Amino acid sequence: MDAATKPFLRADAASQGRTEGGGPEVSSFTLDNGLDVVVIPDHRVPVVTHMIWYRNGSADDPIGQSGIAHFLEHLMFKGTEKHPAGEFSKVVSGLGGQENAFTSFDYTAYFQRVAREHLETMMAFEADRMTNLLLEESVIGPERDVVLEERRMRVETDPSSQLSEAMAAALFVHHPYGIPIIGWMHEIETLNRDHALDYYRRFYTPENAILVVAGDVTPDEVRRLAEDTYGRIEARGERPVRFRPRDPEPVAARHITVADPKVEQPTLQRLYLVPSCCSAKNRDCYALELLAEVIGGGPTSYLYRKLVLERGLAVNAGAWYMSSAMEETRFCVYAVPAEGVSLEALEVAVDEVLKNISDEALDFEAIERAKTRLVAETIYSTDSQSALARIYGSALAIGETIEDVKRWPSEIEAVLKDDLASVTERYLTLRRSVTGYLKKSAS
Amino acid sequence: MTASVAAHSASPTKVTTLASPSGVEAWHVESDVVPLIAVAFTFEGGSAHDPEGKPGVAQMLARLLDEGAGDFDSDTFQEHLAARAIELSFNAGNDAIGGSLKTLVKHADEAFDLLRLALVEPRFDQDAIERVRAQTIAGLRYQQNDPGVMATRRFFEEGFAGHPYSRSTSGTLESVASITRDDLVAMHRAIITRGRIKIAVVGAINAERLSAQLDKVFGALPEAKPLTIIEPAVLGNLGSRFVVDLDVPQSVIRFGMQGIAWRDPSFIPAYVLNHILGGGAFTSRLFQEVREKRGLAYSVGTSLVSYRSAAMTWGYTATKNERVGEALQVIADEMARLRQDGPSDEELQKAKDYLIGSYALGFDTSTKIAHTLVQIAFEGLGVDYIGHRNGLVGAVTQADIRAAADRVLGDGRMLTVIAGRPTGL
Repeated sequence: MDAATKPFLRADAASQGRTEGGGPEVSSFTLDNGLDVVVIPDHRVPVVTHMIWYRNGSADDPIGQSGIAHFLEHLMFKGTEKHPAGEFSKVVSGLGGQENAFTSFDYTAYFQRVAREHLETMMAFEADRMTNLLLEESVIGPERDVVLEERRMRVETDPSSQLSEAMAAALFVHHPYGIPIIGWMHEIETLNRDHALDYYRRFYTPENAILVVAGDVTPDEVRRLAEDTYGRIEARGERPVRFRPRDPEPVAARHITVADPKVEQPTLQRLYLVPSCCSAKNRDCYALELLAEVIGGGPTSYLYRKLVLERGLAVNAGAWYMSSAMEETRFCVYAVPAEGVSLEALEVAVDEVLKNISDEALDFEAIERAKTRLVAETIYSTDSQSALARIYGSALAIGETIEDVKRWPSEIEAVLKDDLASVTERYLTLRRSVTGYLKKSAS
Repeated sequence: MTASVAAHSASPTKVTTLASPSGVEAWHVESDVVPLIAVAFTFEGGSAHDPEGKPGVAQMLARLLDEGAGDFDSDTFQEHLAARAIELSFNAGNDAIGGSLKTLVKHADEAFDLLRLALVEPRFDQDAIERVRAQTIAGLRYQQNDPGVMATRRFFEEGFAGHPYSRSTSGTLESVASITRDDLVAMHRAIITRGRIKIAVVGAINAERLSAQLDKVFGALPEAKPLTIIEPAVLGNLGSRFVVDLDVPQSVIRFGMQGIAWRDPSFIPAYVLNHILGGGAFTSRLFQEVREKRGLAYSVGTSLVSYRSAAMTWGYTATKNERVGEALQVIADEMARLRQDGPSDEELQKAKDYLIGSYALGFDTSTKIAHTLVQIAFEGLGVDYIGHRNGLVGAVTQADIRAAADRVLGDGRMLTVIAGRPTGL
């Protein structure tokens, strides 16, 4: 499962590399039933990555059924009329393949990595479970227990995850991005077979899916195989509608504390509500991406230099921006206090430093360095067929185009110093923010 | 990897061995498809060689190599890396200090220069030492009551009591506070030397250019002197169960038994056995019995661990406090069943099919290839290992599996550590 990135002690969280125009020859087409197909050739090894993406994620969970997208993702491994529970996994494994699935706010995806000659088999199984899922009552209870254990592992035993959940719930006052992908404990406990099937019938359709194949294949070959498998699924007529409420313009600076006796190292986080790559106007998303890198991308960033190197108030500090989202999203600034520094004092220092971004952080070298790093990420990503499949699949699943992905490096290059100052002034303001403290409680 | 690799060749990539004029050896895979170079390297000697009472020196050393070298202080060094998007990192384990370098081809000269500086001329400036010390202590505190980290620490303390492997690579709050610059300098001098290194390079660089870079970077390292010998160790406290009390609703469980080292001729059968019991696929016995059938846990599995001086099989799972007893019983029953009856012929064949078929999946990115190669070199398995490894898996028989099960599962006793507040045990 894709959970929100935990920023502690890492300076490079959440920035997503993409490929540049000179990268792989990506092609795309649409089958008669509406299924979109993307092909990314990589002929270095005789291996393919086969992914199917659905344009629905946790933010499409019906009210009161948080976690249903993720629960259904688990249940998708429970068999169809043709292939009983476990058979698909056995076949993948017997062919020497690897498989998994993940759920995010805006999409759900399933993938297998196999030798190229097994692509058709993967397509046949994946197409089968797009419409023929069986869901016997006997599998529901144990699998719900698995998800409850997953939540206990990720959240219930970890105060820092609890802070992340509480901060998101405060940042998004109305939008479902404020609800955890895995769902709230008390709602997961009530999810049943009917919920899962209703959700499945609504979203698992050819019009709502994107097939991405990366690896040792040609577009013609993929088209032929896809038509023989996915192509036989009947069209539903139109893509399901996602209803997403918009958050109101924020006015309140919010402060959140999670205090737990298990916390031995306090941390400070700040989230700002900002435009995403889909919701931004005036190319603000590129400026925000570059801003996060300039002020918070690693040990040469502005925040690290000011708070860690110069003032010694923090042992680590940084920032990240979650650009990939359909609606307004999060920009995070974080710092880990040095010994003897209170969270309150650290917050004051963070605000002083942030206030001076326009004057102190945006020198030419710093901007060039950040651009170089972001653009290099896109070249590094071309080394991995599965990374490329994820980049294109996630982009299309939230409504971006292949051209958007290809244009990304040149858009980053084109960001000006004034753009950075402008997004700082407009978005990094307290009224758009939630500040979170993780600290120790007495008992 | 090269585009010329035939679809069904036995070896997933074409590796050549290379020796520079001054005798530095590396395993090399040349490929021009992507304009980058990935380097992985490892020096024999790690946390097991931390001075008595000072666990954490090797890890702190690894974290300080890129914090200032030659004429560059830490910030300047990092700026040189960042300005060219060169990715350089170091890490320490029980037996080795390793690292990796990734660079665009156009910045290769600068990247190799920075690597040379980091390895040969690290400064260990006092302000950098204090900063890394503070970061390490913050990291230790952050994990202090994490049930997974707690369970793992206790597992090693009990399993390798009295042996260097019982200590945590990260050290303790007290030991990290006590590490001095002299400790770091001494360990650097002992480990970062020519005789201890294995190197793998993958990407857009030809043999001639690589050879020159190898001389420049690694040729300047001093010769190795012998390190303290780490005595062989056997996982102990089998049959014992330890509980680390922590107020959380879910208990993390670690369980362990004997293993077979990668270098041991019987490793491959043990590897196949492990795959059947608790290997990474959704088909393993523990995954089926613990997760699929009973919903006891999200993650459950086992892995075979090879250290230089010990081998073990260890398993992991996490379940709510009320079901810990049930989970442990299911795991024990599965191990007993596997020990007594062995796998079915079909189960064995499927496991071999998976392990053979999936081997190539580990060779699809330059970084992965470099890391895999350097591990194989470190284990002393030879450059032809990747070519005949699948043959070794294919040759495993039921008799081999039974022999491996005798060694690994033994009489069924395990070391068990539970972090949480389990009920009804």
